[in-house]
Amino acid sequence: MTDALALVPKSDLPLKMKDFKSDQEVRWCPGCGDYAILAAVQGFMPELGIKRENTVFVSGIGCSSRFPYYMNTYGFHSIHGRAPAIATGLASARQDLSVWVVTGDGDALSIGGNHLIHALRRNVNIKILLFNNRIYGLTKGQYSPTSETGKVTKSSPMGSVDSPFNPISLAIGAEGAFVARTLDSDRQHLQSVLRAAAAHQGAALVEIYQNCNIFNDGAYEPLKDAERRDDITLRLEHGQPLVFGKDRDKALIRDGFGFKVGSPDDPDVVVHDAHTPDPSLAFALSRLDQPAFTHVPIGVFRSAPRPSYDSLLNAQVAEAKAQQGEGDLAALLASGDTWRVD
Amino acid sequence: MTKQVQQLDRVIIRFAGDSGDGMQLTGDRFTAETAEFGNDISTLPNYPAEIRAPAGTIPGVSSFQLHFADHDILTPGDAPNVLVAMNPAALRANIGDLPKGADVIVNTDEFSKRNLAKVGYAASPVEDGSLDDYRVHAIPLTSMTVKALEDFDLSKKDAERAKNMFALGLLSWLYHRPVEGTIGFLERKFAKKPEIMKANVAAFQAGWSFGETTEDFVTSYEVKPATLEPGLYRQITGNTALAWGLVAAGERSGLDVFLGSYPITPASDILHELSKFKNFGVRTFQAEDEIAAVGAALGASFGGALGLTTTSGPGVALKAETIGLAVSVELPLLIVNVQRSGPSTGMPTKTEQADLLQAMFGRNGESPVPIIAPLSPADCFYAAIEAARIAVKYRTPVFILSDGYLANGSEPWKLPEVADLPVIEADFAAPDQEDFQPFRRDPETLARPWAVPGTAGLEHRIGGLEKADGSGNISYDPANHDLMTRLRQAKVDGIANDVEPLRVDDPDGDARVLVLGWGGTYGAISAAVRRVRKAGGKVAQAHVRHLNPFPANMAQVLKSYDKVVVPEINLGQLATLLRAKYLVDVVSYNRVRGLPFKAEELADVIRDVMHSD
Repeated sequence: MTDALALVPKSDLPLKMKDFKSDQEVRWCPGCGDYAILAAVQGFMPELGIKRENTVFVSGIGCSSRFPYYMNTYGFHSIHGRAPAIATGLASARQDLSVWVVTGDGDALSIGGNHLIHALRRNVNIKILLFNNRIYGLTKGQYSPTSETGKVTKSSPMGSVDSPFNPISLAIGAEGAFVARTLDSDRQHLQSVLRAAAAHQGAALVEIYQNCNIFNDGAYEPLKDAERRDDITLRLEHGQPLVFGKDRDKALIRDGFGFKVGSPDDPDVVVHDAHTPDPSLAFALSRLDQPAFTHVPIGVFRSAPRPSYDSLLNAQVAEAKAQQGEGDLAALLASGDTWRVD
Repeated sequence: MTKQVQQLDRVIIRFAGDSGDGMQLTGDRFTAETAEFGNDISTLPNYPAEIRAPAGTIPGVSSFQLHFADHDILTPGDAPNVLVAMNPAALRANIGDLPKGADVIVNTDEFSKRNLAKVGYAASPVEDGSLDDYRVHAIPLTSMTVKALEDFDLSKKDAERAKNMFALGLLSWLYHRPVEGTIGFLERKFAKKPEIMKANVAAFQAGWSFGETTEDFVTSYEVKPATLEPGLYRQITGNTALAWGLVAAGERSGLDVFLGSYPITPASDILHELSKFKNFGVRTFQAEDEIAAVGAALGASFGGALGLTTTSGPGVALKAETIGLAVSVELPLLIVNVQRSGPSTGMPTKTEQADLLQAMFGRNGESPVPIIAPLSPADCFYAAIEAARIAVKYRTPVFILSDGYLANGSEPWKLPEVADLPVIEADFAAPDQEDFQPFRRDPETLARPWAVPGTAGLEHRIGGLEKADGSGNISYDPANHDLMTRLRQAKVDGIANDVEPLRVDDPDGDARVLVLGWGGTYGAISAAVRRVRKAGGKVAQAHVRHLNPFPANMAQVLKSYDKVVVPEINLGQLATLLRAKYLVDVVSYNRVRGLPFKAEELADVIRDVMHSD
């Protein structure tokens, strides 16, 4: 489909959505947003045209991390927070694989925060789907690193005193080359973002707003409410002016380091540039939803190509072989200062 | 004047100076000259963790001890015959280790009032008679070096820095070492700085000439080459041998080596070394932390590479959860622990053997991991290959327990023929099998198939949740968990029948006392056993290389002796395992000083046990 998958073998036959469904019973709570994401991913994968056996889903721990069991591909359900690290080794050792990481806000941003930021800065060839429901689900309802300050949960009866992460800001700050956001409930948009992520050579971070109907129901209600959503949702498209609103009557105008809302007719309407190496615009856009839900951009914030980690690493291997020849163990052992005893 | 030449059968030299004085380099070079000459050698570097501790202080002292002989030797030696002390701190820190009559070469230029005061000398020990028991050679090494280099276009500081080469030249003369190797080394090292190169060579030669002309040294010494088995030899440190063994494991298995590592003393040199071997397909990943390092290695193993991680004890603590995952998903993984003094940060540059129980039990749940411990610097090469063989054959993580002493110590190594090294069969699962089951085991080894991504028709999911026997699907079935727990244990226990039996060295077969060690203490224990036997004592010796599982004949060996002495650089970890498993009350001997055992100390221990009731 793109150069990003050039080294992954193509499927001989066209695959269908059902080819990606495993025989395992899906065990998320009824009504969980994960079902919609699973269906969207399973429906999207055939588009890539690659062999199913060359697709790997790696996850950590949490509700979202059960995901690999439901994909009829290779899968690795690992330990809490470590999926990006494990996927880094896999993707670096095997350039012929399409490696996907499924993680959650606790998994990726609390216990695994270090691995996430380093995978992004290295631009490791993995696609990270971060299901953000702003709560700990599997441990039954504690506040997460994306929970809003003041949130009352089982572990914060008087309200959380933590300030939350903004995953998009964090990913851009971590030198992420591809950073995007989408919604569990908008299948078409979700798949369009997956498409863009798959086309990126290197690490792609896709934040997926996902509803936990048991412990944090309605967390994204403003974005789903038909009355309000179009006035606060900003759909990012590269090269397009940042115009939004139910009647497409609002637009973003540069204002210092941030934006103000103005008219689409204003000559200074900002045109989205996801490809620019300078992350400033993407970062400024990521701050638009603070305070919460003022305006929420969805889509690709940043897609600025640079060489992926695996390509650089393997290029060094190829260069070393070209310059020094294939390694010769006997020659290595006898190299340098040796002496013979007769 | 006529100089005398005296024959010696062995010599122990210790070079000591400030961290910035180049003592490790000096020791390395003298070792290389000595190896080339054909003596047997054993070395012990000893340096502070601080890169540059305050100059002239005791904590800043760095030393390098070298034992060389005309016969095969096993340890770097208990007590130096010669101490080269580049400053008062080096003298103060080391003089206590010298026997009376030893030679002490001191650099008097550094014995200023201020430097003496720094380490608590009220007066110069060179002048106040406190060194009367030694043969002191008071030599102004620094100023003689500067004088020898006065024709060079060098700053005084640069000239002074060559004083270690002056000292090396002097010692090379004193022991009749070949000099061409060092000159060639200096020419290569300073190829881009010709003036510095020439100055270092000149300082080295000046030191040699000084020895020849001074009346201070009336005798020089010869130590004849040792009689070693015929073959091609090189000198090697434990860390280098381990790195090369890992490369060899990759070559002999046809697997690409993938190292995930985070820098940590004293293991970092393995990362440095392996990063040079990209032409062998070795990929090295310097991770953001210890956890990512082992995680990436396990991910690479999942992909069909030979995944490995190198670290020291504190790093193993961080990797524990991932090692448990490797036990659960049953994938090959090598974990190299170059042990250092603990707990916590401990003494990073000092050796210890106190991570055996961590390797055995340092994970949640029933989580058996095979453990292999090399017994000498060169044995690190073979231990790495053996660990890889077990990891791949049994689809299991394997620990290699090296230690700081083995890592930095060196010895001559007779190079093996590559064809004689074991072949390791990766035996990947074949594609498109009917009813493929990722946890259906080989009936003999109990190993599961290694079905790597990219293999058509074998798509499957693995993870840390308990798996159903055979299918590998998630299972909370009580009986299945009991079965799987026992199968994982049985798989590891079964390796006992696939490793060399414990070899006992009991020359006359009538010893009543067995000395049983493991890991890096082999040299010291063997030297102690020799001393006891030389005096007519009967003692048997065995050294455990496979610590989990123990070799199949362990019980029989233990029961064959009235007393079993177990010396360890910990508080009795192997002893604890032996007592628990075999109900044998072994005699534990333990010291944790951050230093290897001395042969004489262990000989005393053995004699005590032999003579007790």
